[in-house]
Amino acid sequence: MQALFGQLLIGLINGSFYALLSLGLAVIFGLLRVINFAHGAQYMLGAFVAYLLLQYLGIGYWAALVVAPLVVGLFGAVIERTMLSRLYNLDPLYGLLFTFGLALTIEGTFRYLYGASGQPYAAPPLLAGGTNLGFMFLPNYRGWVVVVSLLACLGTWLLIEKTKLGSYLRAATENPVLVQAFGVNVPLLLTFTYALGAGLAAFAGVLAAPVYQVSPLMGTNLIIVVFAVVVVGGMGSIMGAILTGYMLGIAEGLTKVFYPEASNIVIFVIMAIVLLLRPAGLFGRDA
Amino acid sequence: MKPMLQVKNLNTWYGESHVLHGVDMTVGEGETVTILGRNGVGKTTTLRTIVGILRERKGQILFDGRDMMTVPLHRTAHAGIGFVPEERGIFATLTVEENLMLPPVVARGGMSLDEIYELFPNLLERRTSPGTKLSGGEQQMLAMARILRTGVKMLLLDEPTEGLAPVIVQRIGEVLKKLKERGMTVLLVEQNFRFASKIADRFYLMDHGQMVADFPVAELPNQMPMLHKVLGV
Ligand SMILES: Nc1ncnc2c1ncn2[C@@H]1O[C@H](COP(=O)(O)OP(=O)(O)O)[C@@H](O)[C@H]1O
Ligand SMILES: [Mg+2]
Repeated sequence: MQALFGQLLIGLINGSFYALLSLGLAVIFGLLRVINFAHGAQYMLGAFVAYLLLQYLGIGYWAALVVAPLVVGLFGAVIERTMLSRLYNLDPLYGLLFTFGLALTIEGTFRYLYGASGQPYAAPPLLAGGTNLGFMFLPNYRGWVVVVSLLACLGTWLLIEKTKLGSYLRAATENPVLVQAFGVNVPLLLTFTYALGAGLAAFAGVLAAPVYQVSPLMGTNLIIVVFAVVVVGGMGSIMGAILTGYMLGIAEGLTKVFYPEASNIVIFVIMAIVLLLRPAGLFGRDA
Repeated sequence: MKPMLQVKNLNTWYGESHVLHGVDMTVGEGETVTILGRNGVGKTTTLRTIVGILRERKGQILFDGRDMMTVPLHRTAHAGIGFVPEERGIFATLTVEENLMLPPVVARGGMSLDEIYELFPNLLERRTSPGTKLSGGEQQMLAMARILRTGVKMLLLDEPTEGLAPVIVQRIGEVLKKLKERGMTVLLVEQNFRFASKIADRFYLMDHGQMVADFPVAELPNQMPMLHKVLGV
């Protein structure tokens, strides 16, 4: 029983990261039609900004949770404005290749500067220790990760579905030219969207820093799974990305309990089955 | 009459294909002008070029005295031009009210939400439905209504009556008359010239990417034989 809940919790934690990252990918893809291969690098950057803030400026976890997404979001905005935006009129393959190259460059740079090994990053004292729930022991920080990532996903969903800005984003996803003819600065909207996606990835990175370690390749491993999550959920559906992220995290955790040998590949097996039965993904609109 | 829109020697290309061959036209302030012409002569292209959606263009577009050739697409509306496209452009992922509120208000003098719902009571009833769940006629009303909120000085309408039932066509005619009373300048593309003859002050006839005739509504009867020939109706 203890093992079951333990693995469920790990599944939920992993699912939180899958959800936050695939959500960002879906937001970016929806509007920009770019598959952002730099997403894992932006997640890693978030964790590294938190680490560097602490090392060099003594700025702690709580401030980093706000500052790191802003810094990485701004970095994303600059990248979009100066480079990515030049590729929109070309084959979508160029955007994919560009972000792939960007990821290699960022990760290579950090590997050169900090080596491949991980740096520890302590959870904030407020969230140290754990709580005995009776049926299991819950480390407080992990409970916090689950709650706050759920809130971040929900907040992003509300932003897109219920606000004025969100209505611009949805409309521009359908027909950017008309939205622009109505007087909305769509190029700026695209920059904002890329920054939002990058910021979300960085936010996930800061959350992950105390759970995993801060290392230049922490995004590389994760992003491969996240792309599988996106394939299962279907590109372009915000809620689909969130739900699939959590579902697959939990499926992975449960597999660890019942058939540990398969836990590393279960998501890819699910991906293969979904691709066979429903190529547009569980929540994707059929082409 | 003070000219609101002046177009001179306008040429537009789709890649290699040269579609507008020197369009000349003027629309006065408060005037309703209709462009007639067979399918494929370049009416939609003319509107899309004026709005700035099509930018492979040469010539002159003056709006309210301002050179529009260098104005970026997202500033056209702010200059005072509102556009209702042929395909209506209602957003499926937005509710009726979100569709209505989407175009930013660019100047004072637009209709309030209350006035709009008074003019289009159907939209009030359906305000929380997805935009594309409306009937064709309601979608056309919505496409027009959302521009009326913005306070633009001029409306470009591309075949608003296309494929709609006679009662709806009549409704659109009433709305256009109301707009005229409010001083709105309108450039209308229309195939249905019985409809157009009730609201237009003046006509342009387009053929092969050029304006080939220009006459006021009073001359319509005299022009009929020529129209029949060019329009093939
Ligand atoms: N996107 C496009 N690409 C290439 N040619 C086009 C495009 N749209 C329209 N055309 C061509 O331009 C000409 C004028 O089209 P259009 O302005 O839509 O005519 P109208 O509105 O008078 O029916 C037609 O010959 C049409 O085939
Ligand atoms: Mg047309």
